[in-house]
Amino acid sequence: MSDRVAIVGVGWAGFRPSTPDQSYKELMYEAAVRAYADAGVDPRRDVESFVTVAEDFHEGTSIFDEYVPDQLGAALKPVHTIGGDGLHGLATAYMLIRTGMFQVVAVEGHSKASNILTLPGVTAYALDPVLNRPLGLNSDFIAGMEMNRYLHVTGATPEQCAGVVVKNRRNALRNPLASYPADLEVDEVLAGPPLSWPLGRREASSLVDGAVVMVLASESRAEDLSPQPIWILGAGWCNDAPSLETRDWDEAVYAREAARMAYRLAGIAQPQMEIDFAEVDDTYAYKELQHLEALGLARAGEAGALLEEGAFEPAGMLPVNVSGGSLGVGHLLDATGLARALEVVLQLRGVAGERQLEEVEIGLAQSWRGVPTTSGAVVVMGA
Amino acid sequence: MGMRKVAVVGAGMTKFVRRALETGKELSWQAASMALESCEMTLDDIQAVCMGTAPDAFDGVHMKAEYLSDGAGAWQKPYMRSYVGGGTGVFAPIQGWYHIASGLFDTCLVVCEEKMSSYFPHPQAAFLTIFDHTTERALEPNLLWIFALEMNRYMQTYGISKADIARIAVQNKRNAADHPCALLGEAEITVEDVLNSEVLAWPVQRLDVSPVSDGAVAIVLAAEHVARRVTDKPVWIQGVGWALDTAYWTNRDLAYPRYVEVAARMAYEMAGIREPRKEIHIAEPYDPFDYKALHHLEGLLLADRGQAPQLVADGVTARDGAMPVCPSGGLLGVGNPIAAAGLMKVAELFWQLRGEAGARQVPGQPKRGLAQAWGDLMQVGTVVIVGTNP
Repeated sequence: MSDRVAIVGVGWAGFRPSTPDQSYKELMYEAAVRAYADAGVDPRRDVESFVTVAEDFHEGTSIFDEYVPDQLGAALKPVHTIGGDGLHGLATAYMLIRTGMFQVVAVEGHSKASNILTLPGVTAYALDPVLNRPLGLNSDFIAGMEMNRYLHVTGATPEQCAGVVVKNRRNALRNPLASYPADLEVDEVLAGPPLSWPLGRREASSLVDGAVVMVLASESRAEDLSPQPIWILGAGWCNDAPSLETRDWDEAVYAREAARMAYRLAGIAQPQMEIDFAEVDDTYAYKELQHLEALGLARAGEAGALLEEGAFEPAGMLPVNVSGGSLGVGHLLDATGLARALEVVLQLRGVAGERQLEEVEIGLAQSWRGVPTTSGAVVVMGA
Repeated sequence: MGMRKVAVVGAGMTKFVRRALETGKELSWQAASMALESCEMTLDDIQAVCMGTAPDAFDGVHMKAEYLSDGAGAWQKPYMRSYVGGGTGVFAPIQGWYHIASGLFDTCLVVCEEKMSSYFPHPQAAFLTIFDHTTERALEPNLLWIFALEMNRYMQTYGISKADIARIAVQNKRNAADHPCALLGEAEITVEDVLNSEVLAWPVQRLDVSPVSDGAVAIVLAAEHVARRVTDKPVWIQGVGWALDTAYWTNRDLAYPRYVEVAARMAYEMAGIREPRKEIHIAEPYDPFDYKALHHLEGLLLADRGQAPQLVADGVTARDGAMPVCPSGGLLGVGNPIAAAGLMKVAELFWQLRGEAGARQVPGQPKRGLAQAWGDLMQVGTVVIVGTNP
């Protein structure tokens, strides 16, 4: 059994609102070729197993895993798909290597969101078919309800939520992969059209196409393959109740429990002290604040105030979404968690260019699978 | 290699029926609670949950596993869904295996659910969307057609007759008559019945095909120290293997499932098996179509190429034969709720190796069994080998 697992190669492609020049297979291929080159591996010879994250309805293809192996160089190899976020895929590769059966495993996630004409219509199919779907509502109402509850329970303000948008889209100005960089003021965010009260349209991330591939290796192989392996110190994932009627609306329980598992594996007792920076899910602006509290990176009800004080700015106490997050970079559907993890890897390697943070050793990536789910994952990484 | 040992310690399954009145969540919970009860465990003892379920298009639920999660017992637990099309039912226990073998968990509940009847009028139409959107979907291919191509190729390559193939359908449907959860067990069925059934897409006839079904199966996996405490008859996972071939199925020689061989070799190597024909005592190859059971026996190296029908004719594959095949009744007899049907095969081996298979019990205290599933575009093989020794 190999306890320690490292990321030894990363590659990406796309990261644009639409990619009419590339199919999803070409996006996957481009990201994979870069990741393999980065890790110095030949997929046919060196990569022993492959994991993809995908959902059939996002792909418009049933049994989508059929179309995975060719462009990854994975035909006739142990390949499987996880119906989860990219961080679930990363956790899966982590487990596969820890069994001792595989030394090198590749993980892939992608979004071809521009092919989806009616995402809200697709998401509606994720609602309980008996109790909720017949209401015929746009699923974003769940985010609006949850934001309202979050503001009520914590005393956070709409301005603080809008502040997340201002921070992340400004951070995105320094990220060449970002599609939605902007220099906005809080008032401008709040003046946007409503989405589902109190949630405004400008507080929701917009979609992009793209693909991310990562190559992971066991300790013995990692040290051969990479001068700078990024170690997975811990991974965790959790589901809360799926039904709207029985879930906990006060807190992101899935993120809390996923973090607890990841911290246990990483031996982290005081996350606020030990985590140097975080890339957390900000599909909706309030989610960043709610997630930071669930992750133990801010005390319950305090994330909004900390944001206002600048704690989560790149120069703050705990830089959050220095990449720009989903609000600045764009949301990559099932690959979103991998995009968060990609930034953590680049920062820990010290190759994040203009937005490079100083003296960072431990970073955290967190994902949420979006409405109407209560499913999330956390990966803690170290240089 | 000093890999962590993992055992199956409990199993449960619902009846496989054409149209279940229960929701998918309820089916999942019925199977999960039976599996837990079988080993006197509760959800509090379960550290992680794995879900296997085939295309979302069947249930018509996007991110289907999220919807099923509380039914599967995953509330506030680490929970993931793995997916390899029709191979999922034998992959989900592999997913459970790596959860425990990784050292992250000591117990894992594996649930496979399928509710095909939600697709109205017939789930066959859901398969229209599995084909390549550019090159194939425009032709509106039906899944039965591509199986007809493959069956034809198999018969043509080795000179196999329809009657040779029908014998395995008869064997499995007769075996299923002894399975309390079976949908299509028929103790009196004959080869003539199969050959006289309605032609769907030549050479595929109605009784060559497994039925559309709803159902769920669950098993409980545990690490060695837990397994030995929970039961004195743990059934150990000795080998796992899986392989996914290219999506360009039209470029493959359909006479032989090479991806099954690759998956089987991986599992044999892990299990330390050199002579599978002597060392595998019970085989549960995937049999959504009768020829597929034969095709897969060959891919698993349990029969020479083109020779599997002879094993059936000689009685080798009968429940009291030298190498019983599908003593459960298989998909052809028990039913084919896709992912649940694959896990049913692993549950059957669990019951057989513990001597708990009742009227289906294979004589002679079998010590090792193999379950295999197949799926996607004639593309994926998944193999699990279990045995009474760790």
